[in-house]
Amino acid sequence: MTTDFHFRSAGAGRKTLILVMEIVLALYALLIFYPLVNMLFSSFKTTRDILRFPFALPTKLDFTNYATVWIDKGFGRYFLNSLWTTAGAMVFVLLFGSMAAYGVSRYRYRLSTLVYMLFLSGIMLPLKAAIIPLFILMKSAHLVNNPLSVILIFIAMGLPSTVFILAGFMKSVPIDLEYAARIDGCSDWGIYRRIVMPVVAPAVSLVTIYNAVPIWNDFFFPLVFLQNDRWKTLPVGLTSFFGQHSTDWNLLFTGLSIAVLPILLLYLFMAKYFIRGMTAGAVK
Amino acid sequence: MTAKDLRKGLWVAFFTVPGLAIVFAVILLPLFMSLFNSLFHWNQLIRGDFAGLENFRKIFAAEPYRTRFFNALGNNLKWFVATMLVQNTLGLLFGYFLSRRVAGHEFFKRVIFIPVLFSIVAVGFLWGLYLKPNGLFNSFLKLLGRPDLMKAWLGDESLATFSIIAVNIWRWVGFPSLVFLAAIDNVPVDCLEAAYLDGAREPTVFVRIILPLIVPAITVITVLTIIGSLNVFEQIYTMAGLDGGPNFSTDTIGTLFYRTAFGSVDSGNPEIGIGSAIGVVIYALTFGASIFSIASLRSREVEL
Repeated sequence: MTTDFHFRSAGAGRKTLILVMEIVLALYALLIFYPLVNMLFSSFKTTRDILRFPFALPTKLDFTNYATVWIDKGFGRYFLNSLWTTAGAMVFVLLFGSMAAYGVSRYRYRLSTLVYMLFLSGIMLPLKAAIIPLFILMKSAHLVNNPLSVILIFIAMGLPSTVFILAGFMKSVPIDLEYAARIDGCSDWGIYRRIVMPVVAPAVSLVTIYNAVPIWNDFFFPLVFLQNDRWKTLPVGLTSFFGQHSTDWNLLFTGLSIAVLPILLLYLFMAKYFIRGMTAGAVK
Repeated sequence: MTAKDLRKGLWVAFFTVPGLAIVFAVILLPLFMSLFNSLFHWNQLIRGDFAGLENFRKIFAAEPYRTRFFNALGNNLKWFVATMLVQNTLGLLFGYFLSRRVAGHEFFKRVIFIPVLFSIVAVGFLWGLYLKPNGLFNSFLKLLGRPDLMKAWLGDESLATFSIIAVNIWRWVGFPSLVFLAAIDNVPVDCLEAAYLDGAREPTVFVRIILPLIVPAITVITVLTIIGSLNVFEQIYTMAGLDGGPNFSTDTIGTLFYRTAFGSVDSGNPEIGIGSAIGVVIYALTFGASIFSIASLRSREVEL
């Protein structure tokens, strides 16, 4: 394309510009990589070595720190808690969200705009600001220290954007497909499940990433509702771990590595989907 | 109503009611409860007399709430301004660089986005360790031969907020970068070709053609920055503590709200009335900002 910059065919002025761009980008890449590499290295060092020789390579590849943090310090449990809460919430975000999107985009009725607006209102209301009434409600429902509380809130967090994005895609599914299915005796549920959902499958993968990453990372609601060590999610577990072991830097770096590596590995294999999914709300 | 209408109505209810019920119970009901609760006196979890706007008056005019509130709001403003100036400008620059498809652009694009995926908590604790007086960052300055630049990055009242903002920019700059990249990629090639044929130089093309055509993306990023700046909480919690230390210099509305709701601003007890009032203020600010931005987005769309 004419807008692409190629170093070899460029004039002197543009050559300088390209060089500047490359240097800036390379330096920034280094600024991202080095702190992560240092974190990994530090997880194999002793606290003494981390403080005395912060830039040195670890002398041996010893996984005792990982075993300690994963088993003794409960990170294995925190990890599973995060996994189940996220998965549990996502199942319902996708099910109820796609159903609601279908209900507002594929039928004509007087209240459809109102229903749509009710869902959209959630996009503009910061859920954190409602923590006091939410706490009162959860307490009276005996859901404090029960992962259901957080799952319920995560579902509500994910529904508005899911309805917004999926309704947009569902509107463009040709109505003729629906007529054909109806003539073949398909029920409304059948049309939703067999016709519309398969067509919007790419958008479903988009909203999955768009919601699953913030839910996996969420700290505020598990902090308030899951104080029992049995149910703590990874971010909350990491927090209490930092409170208890503030001087064992090797363990702290190990805990951080455990918190960061799984999502990094996933990203290596599906970077394109992550980028498209997470920017889905802001890019049209 | 015919049987057909009834059938349709039942199907619509079947599809929308489960989602609506959850949105109502978790988003809308608590909103109205916040409004309602903010108008009463509270003794711990027990609602007392009707208070009118007394709780709001306290936030804006009575000590110690007033000092804390405006101190926190000022810091949220710092977050907004610094993020707009540094993060979003940098993001625009990166987005532009990447859109020119310089060598390695696919690699850089992926790398820049890596920290966006991490939890704020992990990033906050990681950099919290690096920014300690004996941490990696000061060691790096010493290595460069500039020990005079070594600072207590999170311990100095005048520096702490900006250190935390810098960490947040490290985590999040990939997001505006890739949103701007997508926007610039959507600029019609004809416009750019015509400009190049007329002999326009690169800065002119950027300012005169690219910038005006990516205004919608700029608006989206501005709105997200407003909302993000009002919602700062985890960053402070992990790097400065719930009290927004040192000496409240990093306190934000989010941390102040949490302390009020769960106890420790004045008496050490949760203050539901004043906490709800702060919650209502957060709602109002966020909602107002969103509406404002959507309105201005609409007007730009007509222009294009």
